[in-house]
Amino acid sequence: MSVIQEVAKTRGASRETRKGDGKAAAIFLAPWFIGLGLITAFPLLASLYLSFTDYSLLEAPNWIGLENYTEMFADPRWTKSLAVTFQYVFISVPLQLAAALGLAMVLDRGLRGLAFYRSVYYLPSLLGSSVAIALLWRQVFGADGLVNQVLAYFGIEGVGWVSHPDYALGTLMILNVWTFGAPMIIFLAGLRQIPTMYYEAASIDGASKLRQFFNITIPLLSPIIFFNLVLQLIGAFQTFTQAYIVSNGTGGPIDSTLFYTLYLYNEGFGSYNMGYASAMAWFLLLIVAGLTAVNFFASKFWVFYDD
Amino acid sequence: MTDTPVRPDAPTDRQRVREQRPLSELAAEIPDTPRKRKVGPRARRILKHVLLIGFGLVMLYPLLWMLSSSFKPNEIIFREPGLIPTELDLTNYSQGWFALLHPFHHYLLNSAIVVLGSVLGNLISCSMAAYAFARLKFRGRPLWFAIMLMTIMLPIHVIIVPQYILFSSLEWINTFLPLIVPKLLATDAFFIFLMVQFFRGLPKELDEAARLDGCGHGRIFLRIMLPLSLPALATTAIFTFIWTWNDFFSQLIFLTDPEMYTVPIALRTFIDSTSASSWGPLFAMSIVSLVPIFFIFLFGQKYLVKGIATTGIK
Repeated sequence: MSVIQEVAKTRGASRETRKGDGKAAAIFLAPWFIGLGLITAFPLLASLYLSFTDYSLLEAPNWIGLENYTEMFADPRWTKSLAVTFQYVFISVPLQLAAALGLAMVLDRGLRGLAFYRSVYYLPSLLGSSVAIALLWRQVFGADGLVNQVLAYFGIEGVGWVSHPDYALGTLMILNVWTFGAPMIIFLAGLRQIPTMYYEAASIDGASKLRQFFNITIPLLSPIIFFNLVLQLIGAFQTFTQAYIVSNGTGGPIDSTLFYTLYLYNEGFGSYNMGYASAMAWFLLLIVAGLTAVNFFASKFWVFYDD
Repeated sequence: MTDTPVRPDAPTDRQRVREQRPLSELAAEIPDTPRKRKVGPRARRILKHVLLIGFGLVMLYPLLWMLSSSFKPNEIIFREPGLIPTELDLTNYSQGWFALLHPFHHYLLNSAIVVLGSVLGNLISCSMAAYAFARLKFRGRPLWFAIMLMTIMLPIHVIIVPQYILFSSLEWINTFLPLIVPKLLATDAFFIFLMVQFFRGLPKELDEAARLDGCGHGRIFLRIMLPLSLPALATTAIFTFIWTWNDFFSQLIFLTDPEMYTVPIALRTFIDSTSASSWGPLFAMSIVSLVPIFFIFLFGQKYLVKGIATTGIK
């Protein structure tokens, strides 16, 4: 069903037949093998090597051991970028999933026009990562933007949200929540799999709607919630475009939108500190791998697989 | 939108005992029929619709506002938040089109080349790899398959620095090659996975029959699997289109010459080249940049929904 379950499946798979279509497989897989080697594996190892060097593209890499890493841990901007990203991820992803689940449940309740609502709510997910929408956001939450126009209508005087260090990150979180349509569609498919008789039985026994939600919907939907959570967390960690556009590449005001990937980009391709950027990249890999691992581990305690 | 009556073949609730089918299929089937006809009082139902429509309007309001602003003269954009422009003014479009170093169709064309190359690349290379994983027996298949799945999770930021070094040593910077060649080498493993899922669902008897008739793998792949896999190919093409069209990060890194700018990179330069008071042309070109995505949204719904449910992609 999902990537995650596929991984779990292959882990247990035993060796397959030895003989077979080796030659044909080599031909069909040739592009993928080359890509895996040259575009993925080699850069992955190269960036590990570079993370132990001082490298600015102009001269050969100079081995400096763990210096990039020690510098990184002592770098206040790096710490800040990590804090900004974590804040963004752990606030906006749960909100986004809550909105997705809430709307999915409303739409699942025998409503006409489901396809229409689904399309309307899904559209932002398609557009959300584009430069055009980030530019729009910059304007909507600007000093004389749409939000303040609406607030002025009610007699409230707003501030320049995207240029205010306390609020700039919040506007990006709203942007992420705005794209709840994709997880909503997955939730809708998941809700479909819960047999209605469970709810009927529960309501005959006198269980309230709230109780039904916590005792039927949540447990039976937990694999889907987990699937969405892993994907959205990993995706949110890599947010770049929105922060770049809204802050015009600086991560400002006063680093309040300095996302991890943005700082990495600025170090690597702004200042050409390729070694430092590589160290950051490997730390990012550890975070993403760690998050996935934690999620898998934690899922044992709360994800309920019915089969 | 589709107020069709419940289809006669729609399964009743009693039949709908825990379906063991891929989520993607279920998701694609959802439209049309509400699954429960247990509706509350009429007033409550109407209230629900009003709330849902209201919520949808709030969500889409920024988009509609951008659309309507793109037709308004600059002085008015910030004065009235209303949606209906008093007059249809196209100056923003003509100004925006020529506001940058090159006319906007130059960037549209560049984006189109990158997108076309990426779509073709993904279609060819990912379907080939998927055929091998779904149908061929070879040594180490589970291991390679697991590796392929892991690369889906790998953030591009982790490998971008060495990639840049590699491509710049090939003198590929400021060409479209760094954006297209990786697709020809099946690095978007998402789509391999998507097609493996699809191929596995096709009846094996078909290729066995073809084998008995003397077909090799090449012909089975070309003549049987691909023609039967149009839905999966369409999903791949559509998502590759959207991702590549929206992609900013790698295009920002590999294209630094204005001559080679694609639409997202060109839009970005609007921030530098226009003052805060000329948002009209910027909005106009933003709208232009969203039009292709919007068309795909209108006509590719079914495949979009399928794609999301298979891999959770946006």
